[in-house]
Amino acid sequence: MGMLAIDIGWGSTLAIKTIVILILVPTGALILGYTFLLKVMSHMQSRLGPMDPGGFHGWFQLVGDGIKFIQKEDITPEQADKRVFAFAPAVVVISTFLVFLVIPAGPDLVVKDLDVGVFYALAVSSLSVIGVLMAGWASANKFSLLGALRAAAQLIAYELPLLLAVVGVVILAGTMSLQGIVRAQSTESIFGFDGIGFPFILTQIIGFTLFLVASQAELTQTPFDMPVAESELVAGYMVEYTGFRFLFFFIGEFGTAFAFAAIAATLFLGGWALPASWGISDGVMRFLGPGVLFAKIMLVAFLMFWVRFTYPRLREDQLQALAWKFLIPIGLANILLTAIFKVAF
Amino acid sequence: MKPKLPGLVSGLGVTLKTMLKPAVTVQYPHEREDPPARARGVIALKEENCTVCMLCARQCPDWCIYIEGHKEKRPPRREGGRERSVSVLDRFDIDYALCMYCGICVEVCPFDALFWSPEYEYSEWNIARLLHDKKKLGEWMESVPEPEPLEIGAEVKR
Amino acid sequence: MNRPPRVSEAEQSRASTGERVSAVGASPTATSEPMMEVDPRLYRHLADAQVNVELDTGDMILNLGPQHPATHGTLRLVVRLDGERVISADPIIGYMHRGYEKLTEFRTYPQITTLINRIDWLSSFANEVPFIDAAEQLMGILAPPRAQYIRTILTELSRIATFLLFLGEMGLQVGALTPAFYGFRDREHILNLIEAATGGRFHPNFNRIGGLKDDLPWGWVNDTRTAMKTVFDACDTFEDLVAGNEIFEARTRSIGIIPAELGAAYGVSGSNLRASGVDWDLRRDGKPYLAYPEIDFRVWTHPDGDSFARYWVRLQETREAARMVLQLLDQLPSGPIMTKVPLIIKVPQGEIWVETENPLGQMGYYVFSKGATGPFRVKIRSASFSNVSILPWLLRGVFVPDVITILGSLYFILGDIDR
Repeated sequence: MGMLAIDIGWGSTLAIKTIVILILVPTGALILGYTFLLKVMSHMQSRLGPMDPGGFHGWFQLVGDGIKFIQKEDITPEQADKRVFAFAPAVVVISTFLVFLVIPAGPDLVVKDLDVGVFYALAVSSLSVIGVLMAGWASANKFSLLGALRAAAQLIAYELPLLLAVVGVVILAGTMSLQGIVRAQSTESIFGFDGIGFPFILTQIIGFTLFLVASQAELTQTPFDMPVAESELVAGYMVEYTGFRFLFFFIGEFGTAFAFAAIAATLFLGGWALPASWGISDGVMRFLGPGVLFAKIMLVAFLMFWVRFTYPRLREDQLQALAWKFLIPIGLANILLTAIFKVAF
Repeated sequence: MKPKLPGLVSGLGVTLKTMLKPAVTVQYPHEREDPPARARGVIALKEENCTVCMLCARQCPDWCIYIEGHKEKRPPRREGGRERSVSVLDRFDIDYALCMYCGICVEVCPFDALFWSPEYEYSEWNIARLLHDKKKLGEWMESVPEPEPLEIGAEVKR
Repeated sequence: MNRPPRVSEAEQSRASTGERVSAVGASPTATSEPMMEVDPRLYRHLADAQVNVELDTGDMILNLGPQHPATHGTLRLVVRLDGERVISADPIIGYMHRGYEKLTEFRTYPQITTLINRIDWLSSFANEVPFIDAAEQLMGILAPPRAQYIRTILTELSRIATFLLFLGEMGLQVGALTPAFYGFRDREHILNLIEAATGGRFHPNFNRIGGLKDDLPWGWVNDTRTAMKTVFDACDTFEDLVAGNEIFEARTRSIGIIPAELGAAYGVSGSNLRASGVDWDLRRDGKPYLAYPEIDFRVWTHPDGDSFARYWVRLQETREAARMVLQLLDQLPSGPIMTKVPLIIKVPQGEIWVETENPLGQMGYYVFSKGATGPFRVKIRSASFSNVSILPWLLRGVFVPDVITILGSLYFILGDIDR
C-alpha cells in the first residue's frame, strides 16, 4: 500500500481493493442516476424531480427505491428457464465490476494497472451482451425476446466504432495501459506550450465524438435504445424481472455508464491528473485525483445524458446502417490521420 | 439569410435552455395554486332557499342527489288568514362518487339554493364517505366566491 | 402579434404546390374507375429484398394489447410478425365502449351535452358544438353573434390544446422523452383559460341550446392574447426540438403513406387527409357554422402523406388556430349570449345531420327528434373510428417500430373510436 507506506500484505490489499470496488460501483451508479436521471432530466423537462425524500431535494429517492426493490416479491415466469433467468442479471453486473479493475483514480489508486488496460476494459464490458441475450431468451416473453435480439445485434455492431475510437488515443500515447495514458496527457505538451498538458481530446475530437456515440449505443441509451424502447416494448429484455433482479440490471446500466464515462475521461480528458506543469506533487494528487476524475466523469456523463434526453430513437436498421456505413469508416480514417500526424510531427 | 443549424444541435440548445430556466412545478401540498373563481370544485347548499322542488334531483344525469322532505303547517301571515304549508328539507345528500360536476343542478335550481365553489380538497380514503349531507354542503357555502365582473361587451343583466 | 410561419423553403414550396384533389362529399372518384395509381414510395422496402433461405422464421403473433403505452388507450392490435416485419395487423376496438348512443335515448339535451364532452376528452368543447348546432337548427333558432364568436374561440382553443399534446406525444412515440413534458406544460395555459371561462378544464359543458351558459369573466380577452404568444413560442420549440431533428425525420419520412384517394375512400378525415394533399376543410368547404365565415384562415396541406407530413400539418394548424383566436378576439362583438328560449326546451319533430371539423377529423351527429325533451335517437359519427379503419391496409410490411410511429401520427383517441 504505497499510499500509507504500510506493508499489509498481498491478500489484505486485494481484500481492501475488492471491497472498495464493490462499494464504488453501486454508489457511482446511484450518484449518476440521481444527478442525471432524476435531477438534470427533470430540469430539462421543466419540472423539479423528487424533492421530498430525505428532505433536501430528494437525495434519498434512489436509496429508497433500492430498499423498495429489495423487499419486492421475486416472480419467475412459469415457463422461464429458471437457472438462466436467475443468472442473467449477474452476468451483466459482473462485467461492470470487472471494468473498474483498471480505471485509475490516482497515482497508485488502481486495483491493477494492466499493460493492456484499454483492451481489457473494452473486452470485458462486452460480456454484458451475453447477459442481455440470456435475459431475453429465458424470460419466455415475446417482447423481451424482441428486445434481446435487437440488443444483441446493436451491441455487437457498436463494439467496432468503440475500439476504433480508442486506437487513435493508443497511438498518441504509445501505451495501452491507462496509467500510462494519463501520464502521457499530463506530461506532454502541445507544440512546446505545456500550460494545460496535452489532453487527447484536442487532437482526437473525432475519436471523442465516436467514443461517445458508440458508448451511448453500448449502454442502450437513446438514440440507440431500441432494445429498451419504452413506448413499444416497455423495458424490452428486462420486462419480466422484478425486485432485486431488476435492481441488478439498473445498477448494471448506470454502473456501466459510470465506467464508460470514467474511461472517456481517462482517455480523452486526462483522467485523474492535472497538467504536470502545474507542479502538484504525486502525494497531493493521491487525494485530489479521485475528485478530479469525478468532476471529469460528471462532465462526460452530462454530455451522454443530455443527448439521451433530447433525441428520439433510431430504428434498428437505421442504427445498424449508422454503425457499419458511417462510424466505422470515420474511425478508420481517424486512425489513419492520427498515425500520419504522429509520424510527421 | 442566416444559416440554419442542424436540427440535432438546435434540439440540444432547447433542452439546455429549459434546464437553465426555473421549473414550472407547483409543489403541492407545500404550495397551492388557486383555481379561478368559476372552477367547479364542489357544490354548496343554501338550505333556507331550498323549497324541495326536486328539480335538481330530477335533472341530474347520474341521479346522485338524494332529497327527502315533508310538509309542515305554519301560522298564517296575517290575522285570520289560512294556514300556510311549507316544505321542509329533511335530507339533501349529494354522492360525490357519482357526481359528474356538470352543473346542471346548480343551473336549474329556480331558487338559487345551490352554488359552485372552487374548493377541491375534500378527498376521502373510503368511497362511502363521499356521500355528503346537507350540513357539510352548508359549510361549503363559506367558500363560494362573490360573482365576478364580466368581460367588456357582455350584456348587463338588469 | 401574428408571426409568419416558420417553414423551410423546401417545405413551403412543396406544400403550396401540392395537388388539389377534389373530395366533395367524401366519395372520391367515379365508381367505374379501376385501381388507383400505384405510388412507388409505398413499396420502397422491396428494394432491399432479402433471401431467407435457411432461416424460416415462423409467423409470430404479437398482441399490442389493450394495455400498452403506445396505443393511446385501450386499442388492441393483433399483429402477425415475420422477424420484425408486420405481415398483417388487426385492430380490435370496443374495450372502452360506453354506450353513448343508447345513453342519449334516455336523457334530455342539457344532460346529453354533459355526456358528449367525454367522447373525445382532449378537445372536449368541440364535441358539444355539432350536437348543439343540430338541436338549434331543428328548433329554428340562431345563437346571438357573441355566442357564436365565443364558441368559435373555445373550439379553436381546444384544437390548440389537443394539438399541443399531439406535438409532444408524437415525440414520445418515437422515443424522445422531453417533448411530451413540453406538450403538457404548454397546454396548461390553454386549460387555465378554459377553466376561467367555463369552470372545467377538461369538460367545459358550456354550450346550451340557444347560446352559452355564461359570459366571459373579466380580463379573459387579455389573458387569451398572452396565452397565444406562448402557443407560438411552443410551436417554435417543437419545430426545433422535434420536427427539425434529423433522427425524427429519419423515423417518420416515408412511413405510413396514405394515398389521397384511398384515404378519402376509407373515410380518413381531418389533418390526416390534409397531410396527403387533399385540400378539404369543413370549416371552409362545408356548410357554414359558427363564426368561421367571418375570419380568414389558411388550410394547410402537405403533398407527402407520410407521418412527417401529418406532424407538420398539425404543427401549422396549431399556429393557424392561434392566429384565428387572435382575429376572433379582435372582432368579438358585444351583446347577449343567449337567445330567448323557453324554460323547458322541447325540440320539435325532425331529423338533421350536422358535421363539423373537429381536431381529430370530421365529427357528425345525426339527431332524430320526436318533439320530446330529449332526442329519440342520436347517431355519432366520430372521426377516429374511420381513421383507424385504414390500419390493416397501412400496417402491412412495416417494421414494429414503424407501427408505433404510424399509430402516433394518426392521432386517434380511444373514447372517440369506441364512444
